[in-house]
Amino acid sequence: MRQTCVKMVHELAKKDPRVVFIGSDLSPGLLSAMKDEMPHRHYMEGVGEANVIGMAAGMAMDGYLSYVNTIATFITRRCYEQVALDLCLHDLPVRLIGNGGGVVYAPLGPTHLAVEDIAILRALSNMAVTAVADAEEMVRLMEATLDWPHPIYIRLGKGGDPVVSRAENGFTIGKGIIMRPARSRGQVLLISCGVMTGRALEAAQILGQNGIDCEVIHLHTIKPLDEDLILERAREAHSVFTLEEHTLIGGLGSAVADLLAEELGPDMPTFKKLGLADHFAKQYGGQDDLLEINGLQPHQVAATVERMTLQVRVA
Amino acid sequence: MAISEAVTVSPPLDDRSLYLRRLIVRGLEGGNRGHVGSSMSPLEILRVLYDDVLRYDPKAPDWHERDRCILSKGHGCLALYALLADKGFFPLDEFDRFCCVDGILGGHPERGKVPGVEASTGALGHGLSIGVGMALAARMQERSSRVFVIMGDGEINEGSVWEAALCAGKHRLGNLCAIIDYNKIQSAGFTADIQDLEPLVDKWRSFGFATTEVDGHDVDALKNLLLRIPLEEDRPTAIISHTVKGKGIPFAENDPKWHHHSNFKPEVLDELYRAVGGRA
Repeated sequence: MRQTCVKMVHELAKKDPRVVFIGSDLSPGLLSAMKDEMPHRHYMEGVGEANVIGMAAGMAMDGYLSYVNTIATFITRRCYEQVALDLCLHDLPVRLIGNGGGVVYAPLGPTHLAVEDIAILRALSNMAVTAVADAEEMVRLMEATLDWPHPIYIRLGKGGDPVVSRAENGFTIGKGIIMRPARSRGQVLLISCGVMTGRALEAAQILGQNGIDCEVIHLHTIKPLDEDLILERAREAHSVFTLEEHTLIGGLGSAVADLLAEELGPDMPTFKKLGLADHFAKQYGGQDDLLEINGLQPHQVAATVERMTLQVRVA
Repeated sequence: MAISEAVTVSPPLDDRSLYLRRLIVRGLEGGNRGHVGSSMSPLEILRVLYDDVLRYDPKAPDWHERDRCILSKGHGCLALYALLADKGFFPLDEFDRFCCVDGILGGHPERGKVPGVEASTGALGHGLSIGVGMALAARMQERSSRVFVIMGDGEINEGSVWEAALCAGKHRLGNLCAIIDYNKIQSAGFTADIQDLEPLVDKWRSFGFATTEVDGHDVDALKNLLLRIPLEEDRPTAIISHTVKGKGIPFAENDPKWHHHSNFKPEVLDELYRAVGGRA
């Protein structure tokens, strides 16, 4: 996903003279082909995220479309005021590409885990927040970024994630995708984003084998939220679950909860957020290890959904 | 002549400087608040830039070929507003609605709301990076536009300023000029006590800037210098502009308590107007 994303910056730059790449201190040779071909539109500016964001803003004020890339924690937390004011207050078309969204950098510890990036960026006016499922969907997102006139955060997964998205579903920023439809009303509705959509689909398959009808909606865009789709499907659902590689505070689950509580009131279906517990990671290992510790692997999600669904039905 | 001596022998403020200060006081009265000292110190810098140096068109604030001027110390905005209004970017009566719910002039300047304002500033340490981006954009577009960024001395406590300075030096941005409004006073007190900046010239020089000093209230000296920018074709310029906080208001000069003031008593407003030659 990461390689696809940065290669797409080069592809976009070939067809759109506004496109510029700005990295902080990334891998040697990153986008070297772009650097060779268009050296004045490829910048590597060192470890100074605040400056990089302001610089991208200044370029955008004069007509450029900057794609800024560094590790997700540093492009969100480190320079939050620059993102808020230089980009969002000015409402500029700058794209923030965050490497290692969620717990991708599990072996590196809490300093490198971007587990609240969606929450803090979602709070900023004008910012679009995206988390695609796989590399193929990343291509579709990147193509869509050319025409979006506002700032966008692009959350990257680890890379090598199984491809679950489908070209025939199309891609529009702000529009969710039904990845697995319900068989009938009264379904369990599982809403996910990013690479967790692959796990949501696996969980839905397990649930289906156990006789539970589970619909899966993939929200590659957490903001703006596809409220119409969520409400339409939630009105038919027996229960709604959200699944994200993100703290339970303020992310996808909170966005969906706000919507359901405000719009459905007493008719709101049973609701549960599945995500990372509210504490800094206590262990290392790999991404899958931390997901397992947080109960977010497909078999665990299926078990949680099944248990809660049965509890509700018995009650 | 050493700069410290130059400051002490600044020529008296002429009619134009006093007129522009009257606009500032009109804004202070309109909003019943404002950064008094912080607006008075950079006024001659802005006056010379807008009178003699910058290329712009008040009827076409977005003219692509214009020079860009960012007031990074956004709290000194009344000085910028005085020049923009005087040049016709917006009507003078906006000063009567400074910080008011029906006005366009806020306590910090906003791009898109105030014609002629290039960047929304107020949070400190943002302007130089934005200016670096604008200067690089001009270079990529082969435009002759220059970018001037005016920063406060307290502002350059921010680490982001030095990130931007490193970057500007690396790219040898001859079309970028940083001007430090060095009035020696920040909000909490004297810079020498809060966060000493010396040796300031050496700092900017070491970051790759062609650096010089000027008496920031000497209009002729400022004009002579700013018409020669860039000082070196392939290096950004830094100007350490020695100024007096509250310049032109005798009871506010060099007094940290006049950084910001609100709820003016009528007699204080009268004194402010008296200092600048009467009501605007």
